[in-house]
Amino acid sequence: MTPRPGVVPAAERRSGALRSIVPVVASLVVFVGVWQAVVAVTRYPVFVLPGPGTVVERFVTAWLDGTMWPHFVTTLVEILLGFAIGAAAGLLVGLLLARSPIAERLLSPYIVAAQATPILALAPLIALWFGTGLLSKLVICSLIVFFPVAVATMVGIRGVDRRLLEMSASYRASRAQVIAKVEVPAALPAILGGMRVGATLAVIGAIIGEWTGGDRGLGVLINLARGSLFDIPLMFATLMTLGLLGVALYLLMIAVERWLVGVR
Amino acid sequence: MTIESRDDRAPAAMAAPVATAAPAGIRIDHVALTFGGRVDRVEALADVDVEIAPREIVALIGPNGCGKSTLLRVVAGLIAPTGGEVRLAGRPLAGPDPRVGLVFQEPRLLPWRSVEGNVRFPMELAGWPTARQESRASGLLGLVGLREFAGTRPSHLSGGMRQRTAIARALALEPAVLLLDEPFSALDALTRDRFNLELLRLWERTGTTIVVVTHSIPEAVLLADRVVVLTPRPGRVAGVVRVTLPRPRTLEMLESGAMAAVSGAIRRLLVDTTDDAIAMREAAVHPVAAGVVVPPIRESAADAGTPAWFDPLHQEADR
Repeated sequence: MTPRPGVVPAAERRSGALRSIVPVVASLVVFVGVWQAVVAVTRYPVFVLPGPGTVVERFVTAWLDGTMWPHFVTTLVEILLGFAIGAAAGLLVGLLLARSPIAERLLSPYIVAAQATPILALAPLIALWFGTGLLSKLVICSLIVFFPVAVATMVGIRGVDRRLLEMSASYRASRAQVIAKVEVPAALPAILGGMRVGATLAVIGAIIGEWTGGDRGLGVLINLARGSLFDIPLMFATLMTLGLLGVALYLLMIAVERWLVGVR
Repeated sequence: MTIESRDDRAPAAMAAPVATAAPAGIRIDHVALTFGGRVDRVEALADVDVEIAPREIVALIGPNGCGKSTLLRVVAGLIAPTGGEVRLAGRPLAGPDPRVGLVFQEPRLLPWRSVEGNVRFPMELAGWPTARQESRASGLLGLVGLREFAGTRPSHLSGGMRQRTAIARALALEPAVLLLDEPFSALDALTRDRFNLELLRLWERTGTTIVVVTHSIPEAVLLADRVVVLTPRPGRVAGVVRVTLPRPRTLEMLESGAMAAVSGAIRRLLVDTTDDAIAMREAAVHPVAAGVVVPPIRESAADAGTPAWFDPLHQEADR
């Protein structure tokens, strides 16, 4: 039995989307409800645990009065550029490692060692070398994104069916053609899986970079809200912004994945 | 099931012939192939000598391990022989050649490409202009009866339709020679008969020379002008049987007296070539290289590639 291709009834698709959105909304309602209940019962002061209403209110005002915007843009630029650099480097090195045993033997100890050293411990050194501007954040971000993408690419390319490579060879495919038309498309689900992990790590990298030094960014705003401003609801609002940003990036990666490989 | 029964039928037989290069003959000139080094040497093919005329259909048949698929890869230019050479239309073959199309045992389609995208794959690699790719792909899909599935992904096709896509792909660069490695072995027996007849119709309209590897005697006889029987380890030509059945071939011919005579001749050549037959012969008469007497126990140690008797440390460890 082979199903007729590409025919999922529209109604079925809609109800599928509905089914996946309902639990998300339900869990959000429960989460906010529990949060509100804890605040109501314990009556913690607002500088320890503000209620969801207070946080949402501060979130809205921070966005409207322009407090959030410059910090948000700074962090977003760090994340997007850092991710792009790290993912591109990871892709290239992953390709190299997959096809060159010598390169793997030479490089993998350093790659693993760099990965095993916590990025948090490396951050001060990177700030010392590259300053407290955009560059040091990009270095941290791309470093943290690099590893999962490189490993996923290497594993993905190595897993490509040898029979497809023989088939390509029978049509005299060049090395570059094999990479572009067979190996990378075949390994794409694995590569995108690595990038999905990388996208969430990029957020972590940006915040760590901002904590090590810098005068703007959501990580800086968290420190300001906790310190000199002592505006704990603002800190929660910033955390909320970060959380939403992370979720948005993750969903974007999934959308890209669906667009590129979902049709298989 | 509706798709299967509707579309695995013969493609439109009235369509125009599809362009291919001028038919080319193949000369397999004393080809030998050895793998591995001095210790683990494996002789895969030994002095295989076959001449194939332009437009001829030749079947290679033999038991498992006779190197028939390997021989096909040598003819496809994927494996370089260690002795002799393959000549295509008189010129020696150096690597994969656009005049040769190869169909594997499995379809080997790119799962992320549509049927049309898979058929266009060799044309893309060869750098054809888009317009030429499109018209060629459309002609080929018509030839194999998959035109209305041009945009479908392989995962939505039946096994037979996938293999037809693979055949269309092999014909993409207008080859003069089509090589098929047990192309329909994954299909059930009834579908397989129909596909073999389809292949013959395709041959009539493309005019390619065809070499097909099989281990089915009826399949070999149904398709071929001549059947080359190979022996295993190393692959050697045991004999060539000419199939005298007229063309166009039909399934009814498989029950004819001529068919029985041809199959009988092939079977007699094959009987002595199976592993069992060889093992029995070797058990009865121990083979000894000409003029050299080798103690059997030492021979087996050498075969294993670990000369334990030569290593004093090893001997001590054994005691």
